[in-house]
Amino acid sequence: MTDEPTHEDRDERPLDGRTRLLGALRRPGSRGQAVAAVLLAVLGFAAVTQVRSNGRDDAYVGARQGDLIQYINSLDLASQRAQTEITRLERTREALGNDTQARRTALTRARQQAATLGILAGTVPAVGPGVRVTVADPTRGVGTNQMIDGLEELRDAGAEVIQIGDTKDPNHTVRVVAQTSMQDTAGGGIVVDGKVLRAPYVIDAIGDPHTLATALDFTGGFISEVQGVGGKVTVDELNQLRITTVRTPSTPDYAQPTTNR
Amino acid sequence: MIAAIGLLVGVLLGLLLQPTVPVWLDPYLPIAVVAALDAVFGALRAFLDGIFDDKVFVVSFVSNVLIAALIVYLGDKLGVGGQLSTGVIVVLGIRIFSNVAAIRRHVFHA
Repeated sequence: MTDEPTHEDRDERPLDGRTRLLGALRRPGSRGQAVAAVLLAVLGFAAVTQVRSNGRDDAYVGARQGDLIQYINSLDLASQRAQTEITRLERTREALGNDTQARRTALTRARQQAATLGILAGTVPAVGPGVRVTVADPTRGVGTNQMIDGLEELRDAGAEVIQIGDTKDPNHTVRVVAQTSMQDTAGGGIVVDGKVLRAPYVIDAIGDPHTLATALDFTGGFISEVQGVGGKVTVDELNQLRITTVRTPSTPDYAQPTTNR
Repeated sequence: MIAAIGLLVGVLLGLLLQPTVPVWLDPYLPIAVVAALDAVFGALRAFLDGIFDDKVFVVSFVSNVLIAALIVYLGDKLGVGGQLSTGVIVVLGIRIFSNVAAIRRHVFHA
């Protein structure tokens, strides 16, 4: 392939290689140098072309079939891995979404329950349709007997929130709850949960107004009972009744909730 | 002198024209360039030995390039193109090293 060092030619002077090279560089050159120049030009051209094309980003141009198949296979593997990752992440996102949903539902339910229990325990204000029962007592004959009967009848008729007392003065108004107690006073009045109430008594009850009004007005009922002791009852059916009196919840000292039924 | 100028002209032409390598030539050009380099170093060694002959140089240059391209082509056809290219590069590299060693002995006497 290369020049075998068998070629005998030229002057057989014992010339040093270095001096011969320097001489060739100094002299314009012979036919051999011209031929070499042409071939070297071709070589330089090809080398530069190759270097430039190598620098360009066309790694797949002219690639062999096997190499291309290998590229495609590795790309397939990579996309498969990415797909697996996507599936996993989607599952995680779904689980997190379900978690959030469940938490939100639980929170809504807890809020609803808190509102219901708050109305039952009288810790939150309430609004709704109902009746305002005004009991006038000019002869001071109305006592706890009549009032308790009246409250019982209201509750029977489905009153959800009840307050008793003077609506204008919160110090003389009581929210009636499960623990409410009543007793008579000597001076003609009643004590409800430690607050002294004087006639006229105003009972506000939230519930179906017509049912509540009917429940009070029957023979032997609240109204006739009060009239029997010299009092007078006025019942107003209201579409919008606002009960603002609340009580602070008390922590039970003795009772403990239990899960055993 | 003219040889060095020829190399320079070739490089400049390549830089100025910026040719694109045809697709069919793409696998063979790098091997051909290495084979030509081998021929050039062999010629330089022969020149320093005082046995340079332009005819031999031309024949060795052209045959080197053609045989290298042929081997790669054959390898591609047989399905071992990549490995055969590597083999040719290794062999040519060894030859270039031995030639350069001889040139070094001539130029530096070492």
